[in-house]
Amino acid sequence: MNPRTLGRIAWAVFRDSVRDRVLYNLVGFALLVIGASFLIGQLTAGQDVKIIKDLGLAAMAVFGLFIAIFIGIGLVSKEVERRSIYSLIAKPVRRSELVVGKYLGLVLTIAINVAVMTAVWYAVLGYMSWTESEAFRQSWEAPATDPRMLVAVYLIVVQLMLVMAIALFFSTFSSPMLSAVFAFGLYVAGHFSADLKNFDLAVGDSPVRYVTTALYYVLPNMAIFDVKNAVVHAQPVPAGYVATTTLYGLCYIVSLVAAAVWIFSRRDFK
Amino acid sequence: MATALVVAGLAGAVSLQVARERWYPAVASPVDEVYFTSGDGVGRVALSFKSVLADVYWIRAIQYFAATRLKGAPASRSDLLYPLLDIATTLDPAFNIAYRFGAIFLAEGRDRGLSHPELAITLLDKGFANNPRKWHYLYDKAFVYYWTYRDARTAAHWFAEAGKVPGSAEWLPGLAAYMLAQGGDRRSSRFLFQQILQTAEHEYMRTTAQWRLGQLDVLDLIDQVNPVLDRYGYTTGSRATEWEPLIAGGWIRGVPVDPDGLPLIIDPSTGRAAVDPTSTFFPLPDEPPPAVRPAPRPGA
Repeated sequence: MNPRTLGRIAWAVFRDSVRDRVLYNLVGFALLVIGASFLIGQLTAGQDVKIIKDLGLAAMAVFGLFIAIFIGIGLVSKEVERRSIYSLIAKPVRRSELVVGKYLGLVLTIAINVAVMTAVWYAVLGYMSWTESEAFRQSWEAPATDPRMLVAVYLIVVQLMLVMAIALFFSTFSSPMLSAVFAFGLYVAGHFSADLKNFDLAVGDSPVRYVTTALYYVLPNMAIFDVKNAVVHAQPVPAGYVATTTLYGLCYIVSLVAAAVWIFSRRDFK
Repeated sequence: MATALVVAGLAGAVSLQVARERWYPAVASPVDEVYFTSGDGVGRVALSFKSVLADVYWIRAIQYFAATRLKGAPASRSDLLYPLLDIATTLDPAFNIAYRFGAIFLAEGRDRGLSHPELAITLLDKGFANNPRKWHYLYDKAFVYYWTYRDARTAAHWFAEAGKVPGSAEWLPGLAAYMLAQGGDRRSSRFLFQQILQTAEHEYMRTTAQWRLGQLDVLDLIDQVNPVLDRYGYTTGSRATEWEPLIAGGWIRGVPVDPDGLPLIIDPSTGRAAVDPTSTFFPLPDEPPPAVRPAPRPGA
């Protein structure tokens, strides 16, 4: 694969998403966090900084999830629907480069989105910290702008990269609507994978346990990317955990993007 | 044209909303609802957004407490506070303020809380089980035994247990020993409230501690004044019902006042000093009983 070709395709995807007003979500995020910081002070009995931390991380995950799924499902299927795929595959670009380039473009879109959201979030937290008394700040579990919270932001990005790969994979052979349902379904199911592992406690030695155990290992475990609560309470997240979780996510991403390339390369657009 | 329609439509909707509320006032729901009573159940549907949901339940708990107790609603309407706090702390097991603040809401008497100390202890036990390095939950538990149950011996036990937690305050073992020896004397109470005043994370807790310290000041003042009233009665042969004769006779220098400056009253039926019923410090608390000292062992 030619890195320059990948870069051009990725940049085109990013430009498209800007043209599609995807970055408008940043305005929504800023309004949500800034508005909440002013409104919730009277409701939370001194927990406003904790709640803005929780709210900011959750909003990044939700906004990112919607972008990842709704743009991810259109990466390939939109080109097919618009019939612009014919002009694309006629160009001296490999189909694999097209799929991987589009995926990287969406990663770039999400990364820039999350980076801006993080900057806004830290600015609001910094302002809240600045307006509090030193004595009150001393009672917090961690500083308002604790840099360790970036670990949670990083794992949100890795999780979103995985969701994008899932959406891309489904978009290579399914309609956008079904791709969205499948991607969202896998995202939800991925949070319940621990239940699949514990299924044998309910079914005993039944053959069903082998199926559920297999599903546990095959389905991506989305819950492990969630360290939001730990960082908000300044609980340590070991570097080894972050590294193995990242590798786990990358393994799935490589598999899903490779599968997407394989399916897309064999599709007949005649 | 389109703009005019938008404005007219919005204006019509707002006007109808205002009129409808006037014509058909909302009927208050007889009971508030906690649609999910299981924190684990809520946690499962929350996916990776448990912390935010915990915050939502915390805000609901605060609003519920304010709506029921602070506005004087019947006690039967306070039954949902514990489930709200339980769900909040199940969703976020490290939600420190929900345990500590929640325990105060639950344990305090009807004048400031819900008078459910047993639920406060359940909540604090859950907090310590989830956060075994947080000695504050054992300290708070001891405090509930001391202040609400008036059980200085059990309180001393939990102060001692709190003192065993690594990183706990150095004064806890001494406090436990002192409480075991002295029982619920006022100095123990004063020390406890001073600790809360100095270490509490939240303004409400500090304000409550300050108020309790004010009550202890009033109790001290009453203890100083009552012997004077007794001597006055013994000497003059009649109970004082007002402060003026005592001031005129040089028994006291001025009218004794509570920390807000409101004069104490003399209860005409007993002839003893008492806090004015309109005072912010009324009613004064019952104090825990002093320790029952064991009989000295022979030869000791």
